[in-house]
Amino acid sequence: MTLLLAVVIGVLYAGGLYMMLRRSLGTLIIGLALLSHAANLLIFTVSGLARGRPPLLPDNGVPAGPVSDPLPQALILTAIVIGFGVLAFTLTLMHRTYQITGSEDIDELRSTE
Amino acid sequence: MGVLLTLPILIPLFTAALCLLAWRWWRVQRVLGLVSAFALLCAAAALLYRVRTEGIQAVQIGAWPAPYGISLVADLFSAMMVMITGILGAAVAVYSAGSLDKARQSFGYYPLYHVLLMGVCGAFLTGDIFNLYVWFEVMLMASFVLLALGGGQGQIEGALKYVTLNLMASSVFLAAVGLLYSVAGTLNMADLARKLRHAPEPGIVTVLAMLFLVAFGTKAATFPLFFWLPASYHTPPVAVSAIFAGLLTKVGVYALIRVFTLIFVRDDVYVHTLILVIAGLTMVTGVLGAIAQNEFRRLLSFHIVSQIGYMIMGLALFTPLGLAGSVLFIIHNILAKSNLFLVSGLAQRFGGTFDLKKLGGLYEEHPALAVLFLVPALSLAGLPPFVGFFAKLLLIKAGLEAGSYVIVAVALGVSLLTLFSMMKIWTEVFWKPAPQRHPAVRRRAGAGLWASTASLAALTLALGIAAGPAFDLSRDAAAQLVNPQSYIDAVSRAHR
Repeated sequence: MTLLLAVVIGVLYAGGLYMMLRRSLGTLIIGLALLSHAANLLIFTVSGLARGRPPLLPDNGVPAGPVSDPLPQALILTAIVIGFGVLAFTLTLMHRTYQITGSEDIDELRSTE
Repeated sequence: MGVLLTLPILIPLFTAALCLLAWRWWRVQRVLGLVSAFALLCAAAALLYRVRTEGIQAVQIGAWPAPYGISLVADLFSAMMVMITGILGAAVAVYSAGSLDKARQSFGYYPLYHVLLMGVCGAFLTGDIFNLYVWFEVMLMASFVLLALGGGQGQIEGALKYVTLNLMASSVFLAAVGLLYSVAGTLNMADLARKLRHAPEPGIVTVLAMLFLVAFGTKAATFPLFFWLPASYHTPPVAVSAIFAGLLTKVGVYALIRVFTLIFVRDDVYVHTLILVIAGLTMVTGVLGAIAQNEFRRLLSFHIVSQIGYMIMGLALFTPLGLAGSVLFIIHNILAKSNLFLVSGLAQRFGGTFDLKKLGGLYEEHPALAVLFLVPALSLAGLPPFVGFFAKLLLIKAGLEAGSYVIVAVALGVSLLTLFSMMKIWTEVFWKPAPQRHPAVRRRAGAGLWASTASLAALTLALGIAAGPAFDLSRDAAAQLVNPQSYIDAVSRAHR
């Protein structure tokens, strides 16, 4: 399972970077989204995969069986929320760029260089 | 007790919330923003005084004990950075109230400005590495919108480049935090410092250090990761440029210094040699880029990059003197650089353009502005009696003591080139005869613009005159950085 996820993460990073290197604004943003997914999955995988272990303690505080670490999931949740906000902003920015410049070719956005 | 540590975060937070409630009344927002910026300044001064007199302060948020909850820690370095944020926050708030157009002021400028200050203060005060990521994102989000707000083509294009490269750095940072957690099992920086000292696999720790170097290096605009900065910083209104130029890259530098003095402490020479090489290349490429520019703010933007090199030079030398030089240099640079951006705004007001070729004659028309330019410009180039001279002196002395003669030679050469390009601005903008003026040029500027610009210049001057106390403060801050045990102890007995 770890190996499979490692491959998935690698493909996501590679795909994300490839899309960011394209000239279109749309693929740039898809690339950014893929990068953040890859980072989230990376946190999930490196902190140890556990099957059937709840991250919860009963009321008495004594675990019934093996428990898993809830912290990585909390980190990922935070990162997903932040990533969502950022993605929404970049989509708006892309739309605005297209409205103003009339182009979605990144190579043509050179007026500030 | 812990209130002082939370105030620099809470004041901007509540101000931003109140400004949002007062959305329709932008004049109310402006007053709120000004009052709150000065309140933040007072809170920061109180915090610095407390840290100076009673040592490192730490508090646990939500009363969760140390390695599990989030710590807020203020050592002398953090407190100084919060203090300078307060100073700059107040000065630029005054400047923006007098210079921004009504459309921007009434469309969320003030809430965003204070969210930005909150993010910066939070990043300086947090003692938890994931929390640092969150503060970085808060700061970036506010800066994204401020950069793009109300913009035409230039601003939008600048924002696009800025957003893309900063988001890439954020994703590297996030991945590095996740990997660090899997290696050490903790996110508290003091706890990380303790655990990584005896890490079983030093190879992995070095890889992690490299990931953090890339992530913070992008945010600090070091060579070769700085290209987003000169492509975007000259596009927004001057007030926004000034606060970005002063604070944002320095948060990256702060994070570099914090992480490489506390968590990835020098046990392999490799990392610090690498930082030293990066420092030298950053200085050289930045200043060479600046010389080629003919736009006031673009020239200054390249200088930001160049000066980041000096800041991380002290970190790379990793001697108490070198770090003291870095700390003093950061403080001085924040003041001088924002000051120069504010001056560029005034020059544009009087001359009608940012283009150096089309400006001129301002010495004759506005001699006060010429003086306000010369103080930060000469300080930046490192001429006595300004504080920039003393900061560079410390760095160069540290370099000589460490036997790193190449970096010393580079630092001195780059200083000369800095002086050269400052003189280029001087001759083009102030000295040469005035060209035909655009009819829309304004003859006067509000008192707020003059006051904020002059107060920053006065501070640069005052720090130069009071170089002794400033040096003592930086030296003590560096002593705490070199010996992280006091930081770790402060966190472990933090108030709940």
